[in-house]
Amino acid sequence: MSNGTLYDKVWDRHTVTTLPNGQDQLFIGLHLIHEVTSPQAFGMLRERDIDVAFPDRTFATTDHIVPTTPEGRERPLKDDQAENMLSALEQNTEEAGITFYGLDTGKQGITHVVAPELGLSQPGMTVVCGDSHTATHGAFGSIGIGIGTTQIRDVLATGCIAADKQKVRRVEVTGELGDGVYAKDVILKIIQDLGVGGGVGHVYEYGGEAIKSLDMEGRLAVCNMSIEGGARAGYINPDETTYEYLKGREFAPEGDAWDEHIEYWESIRSDEDAEYDDVVEVDADGIAPMVSWGINPGQVIEVTDPVPTPEEVPQQDREAAQKAYDHMDVEPGESMQGYDVDVAFLGTCTNGRVSDFREAAKVLEGRSVDDDVWALAVPGSETVRAECEKAGIDEVFREAGFEWRQAGCSMCLAMNDDKLGAGEVCASSSNRNFIGRQGDKAGKTVLMSPAMVAAAAVEGEVVDVREVLN
Amino acid sequence: MAGVPQIRRIAGTGVPIRGDDIDTDQILPARFMKEVTFDNMGEYAFYDARRDENGERNDHPLNTYTGANIAVVNRNFGCGSSREHAPQGLMRWGMEGIVGESFAEIFRDNCKSLGVPAMTADAETVDRLQTFIEENPEAGIELDVREKTITFDGEVVDAEIDHAMREALLEGTWDTTAVMRSNMDRVRDVANSLPYVEDR
Repeated sequence: MSNGTLYDKVWDRHTVTTLPNGQDQLFIGLHLIHEVTSPQAFGMLRERDIDVAFPDRTFATTDHIVPTTPEGRERPLKDDQAENMLSALEQNTEEAGITFYGLDTGKQGITHVVAPELGLSQPGMTVVCGDSHTATHGAFGSIGIGIGTTQIRDVLATGCIAADKQKVRRVEVTGELGDGVYAKDVILKIIQDLGVGGGVGHVYEYGGEAIKSLDMEGRLAVCNMSIEGGARAGYINPDETTYEYLKGREFAPEGDAWDEHIEYWESIRSDEDAEYDDVVEVDADGIAPMVSWGINPGQVIEVTDPVPTPEEVPQQDREAAQKAYDHMDVEPGESMQGYDVDVAFLGTCTNGRVSDFREAAKVLEGRSVDDDVWALAVPGSETVRAECEKAGIDEVFREAGFEWRQAGCSMCLAMNDDKLGAGEVCASSSNRNFIGRQGDKAGKTVLMSPAMVAAAAVEGEVVDVREVLN
Repeated sequence: MAGVPQIRRIAGTGVPIRGDDIDTDQILPARFMKEVTFDNMGEYAFYDARRDENGERNDHPLNTYTGANIAVVNRNFGCGSSREHAPQGLMRWGMEGIVGESFAEIFRDNCKSLGVPAMTADAETVDRLQTFIEENPEAGIELDVREKTITFDGEVVDAEIDHAMREALLEGTWDTTAVMRSNMDRVRDVANSLPYVEDR
């Protein structure tokens, strides 16, 4: 059993009581809601005539179903169901007195992009959202947990969830990253090593030189994909990088309160002699950019390696590998370099932040998107969009031939009009390559970093971005 | 608490859904989540997997084992998103219990929220159970939450169930909102002890 880790300390500080079934009742410091998984929960509250317990600890925005073009965002939305969901969220948040960052606020965006940039996500918090990528907020040294709708009802009604404490695995990532290699590559490497189910029952504490040297946006990308490795939460101990990022943000403490918070934040860091349930090491030294070749995020390789043969895949993963070869139409033993790409998609809660667009822009500068590629840049929030536009990054994208859109989840899960067509291949900075995820069930997703997406857009095929940059 | 049934055992027939890492995008494709209630989710369970290229129903187990109420699955079932729409869809299709080699955590939590026991057994047992159902689709099987067993083919085999889920089902306390609301004073104490929560 773990002892003295950040997870233990934050858990203890937030435990209300132990419930009759043995679970802990855990107080939730930050509840993020969006339009898709919350309306049913508000409905359940209404049936029971219960008010929202902590409206001031609850923040809402809209991301999953929103269109990403100015015309598309005119109300009422053309898609009746989408309009219905958005209206329900507006009404529910208004009735409950919950702050809602709507389409006209300039702050709307993907929950996991909005909360960090506003300074809402802070070290030592418990954060939940009806979305599995809530682990993102662990980048600050908080416990971020994705929950289902009935649990959203619990949080709205009581400010708490009923939860089991998990085991804590220290993931020590060693080595130095070369040019053209990013946080996204690090997390894909971790999932390649530990598997898509490897983290079940565990929380990942990421540490080591390769993690410590990442900036906050990189750390957010790493923690974001914890769930792709089966870990419901993943976190990084807060340090100067964290505090530097937070300082001056809208919801960050100021003055004396800042010092008090720093004291708390320092106190919840894992102790030097903390005990972990286990420790694993991942060697990220000099890794090449990563790409997925299959239909789950564990089916990834360094772009310089060949697609594994069935013999190279563990026995228990061979059936899944076969399904992947068939769906993706890839040959075992061959390289992913040269794999034809029809769509380039840059954005999402994993890689929709300013630094992601800046790195991609370095690739696009003076180059243009291949004639056969439809290229889509979707900022993770309207704040990200505004910052990129201020820095002229949008111009680089537009001139290269990208469509520059407004914020939303977009083609990550295709709940709006941004969809992958039948048989199309998408070079994507998103987090999941599940069959049908990006639109048509015959669509194919190749996961990679934003810079790799930009390079694929230019070349019309999967390439090693380091060769394009040189 | 009143109105929440205790769930001790689930008896009925099975539906084998074979495959590891079956994700929630397969169980309930995202495009069907644009509804503000869960009422219609039963129609969307495995929507794409249940249809061929022409949109006709294929031989997916949900098409062929109609009337079954116990799903039998393999490793890491329900991985991916947090959408409760996935177990809601299966429940509204008819699933009352589920047995597998392992479950993704959020999926398992969601099953608990819905009062659907999610039990685990080793790979060999699960395969034997799936094969038994495939050969005897009408045969009765039973999940016993209290005894932690599965009964099929005249045999009683051991299974596992998460401790908290078992207790909650047996005691009828899987509706956690009511249970947790009785502790609101202590909730406010904890909230007020945290430096980042403003006093209320």
